[in-house]
Amino acid sequence: MTGVRFWREFGSRYRMLATRCPSCGLVYFPPREVCRRCRRASLGKMERVPMPRAGKVMSFTIVHQGQKGFEEQVPYVLAIVEFEGGITVMGQVVDCDACDVSIGMEVKPVFRRIREEGEAGVIHYGYKFAPMCYPVCAIDDEGAGGPG
Amino acid sequence: MREVAIAGVGVTQFGELWERSLRELGLESGMLALMDAGLETEDVEALYLGNMSAGRFIQQEHIGALIADHSGLADRGVPATRVEAGGASGGLALHQAYLAVASGLHDVVMVGGAEKMTDVSEQDAEETTGFAADQEWEVFFGATLASLYALVARRHMHLYGTTPEQLAAVAVKNHAHGAANPKAQFQSRITVEDVLRATRVAEPLGVYDCAPLTDGGAALVLTTPERARELGRPAIVIRGSAQASDTLALHDRWSLTEQRATRIACERALKQAGMSLSEVDVAELNDAFTIAEVVALEEIGFAKRGEGGRCAPEGRTALGGELPVNTSGGLKARGNPWGATGIAQVVELYDQLVGRAKGRQVEDARVGLAHNVGGTGATVVVHVLEAVR
Repeated sequence: MTGVRFWREFGSRYRMLATRCPSCGLVYFPPREVCRRCRRASLGKMERVPMPRAGKVMSFTIVHQGQKGFEEQVPYVLAIVEFEGGITVMGQVVDCDACDVSIGMEVKPVFRRIREEGEAGVIHYGYKFAPMCYPVCAIDDEGAGGPG
Repeated sequence: MREVAIAGVGVTQFGELWERSLRELGLESGMLALMDAGLETEDVEALYLGNMSAGRFIQQEHIGALIADHSGLADRGVPATRVEAGGASGGLALHQAYLAVASGLHDVVMVGGAEKMTDVSEQDAEETTGFAADQEWEVFFGATLASLYALVARRHMHLYGTTPEQLAAVAVKNHAHGAANPKAQFQSRITVEDVLRATRVAEPLGVYDCAPLTDGGAALVLTTPERARELGRPAIVIRGSAQASDTLALHDRWSLTEQRATRIACERALKQAGMSLSEVDVAELNDAFTIAEVVALEEIGFAKRGEGGRCAPEGRTALGGELPVNTSGGLKARGNPWGATGIAQVVELYDQLVGRAKGRQVEDARVGLAHNVGGTGATVVVHVLEAVR
């Protein structure tokens, strides 16, 4: 797998750029080229917009048998986070104990290493989610700068 | 559109079949179906084959031609089509084969499904099954299929009070059914305690909440009811055959705990059949994960929203219950060779409707419903079968 494939997604993986339909105002993340409501009328008109910076955990799981490339991270927490406007995004929750994660918990996106790629040799970065109070209550010498 | 009947069925042993190859599994199931139907290879006019990912599992694509070749169909130039829709590959292949006969294009069609999943490591196999989810926005961030269903399970528990014990009861029931199926991967009974104590995969789901990796093949011969009658076969007619789609990624659904494609496909299939769910005597529902059967029971309308978890503990979906679900053992105990699963479900219904499901027969079963799901519900295929007496 070449690295190029991953460059395409940098805008949304690194900066969480969403797309917005100018007709109905619906915001999509991950970005969509066509609005699910306005369909063809929105083609070529979708605007790039930033994501809201606060969300709440809708559901979560503690993963013990991880996806390939994530073996060294188990157990890790995956969650679906609901942002303002009803946008829902899946990602890891970090910077807190797995047992402290709960539905309704407020989180914010943070920029982290996602995994190391074997074949392309590319180290993948992207967003994860941290408790809203981080770093005030979650920072410590070992955990703060780690890969998360 | 013409009526379509099933003339014969075949299924291989399911399990970790280290000595068997994909081509052998495809060939054996097809030959068993032909023998069951009393037909010759020469009678087959077209082949449809469900297969999810032979390219990843055995580094072989072009599976339609491969199986046609080794079945002796290629020498006559019989058209062969491989169909892929994640875990719904088999059901969707059946839908395509159904259309080929219903349209009048072909009179006798073979439809099979096969998957060889244990030639690669468990880690590689789990990675591959994860590809039925969204690679860029789910798998990239560490999701496995189990973890996505775990997200559904946790939300279901949060909203409706569904318990781990209720989910465990699904696995216990399906293992009990599988114990009576000599072709099942697991033929042993388990207890709720076994399920709850098992190694965690993605909380709240453990190993016994998840269907296994399986090698296996299954096949059906489709024809017209008239031809089936000429062959002296029982009249098992496909009354409804429907598919529905949804977003590929779970987080893009309007609701985490609803599986809208199941609701739509089921409604379409029953409408086409001119039937209501109350007429269904036996069902094979997707139980790739225990929560999946719970959600399916709600979406097909057997249980009210949020109450699907109560069915298995109350015995309503067990053999002898109101609607026996997964008498074959389901994906959980019979096994889940992805491309074969949707076909194997219909093999079980056929055996139930003709009254030869020894040791697990649903009394006087007349109508059966098969529900095949790809990924977390992005593709759903539902078939309704009726024994015409």
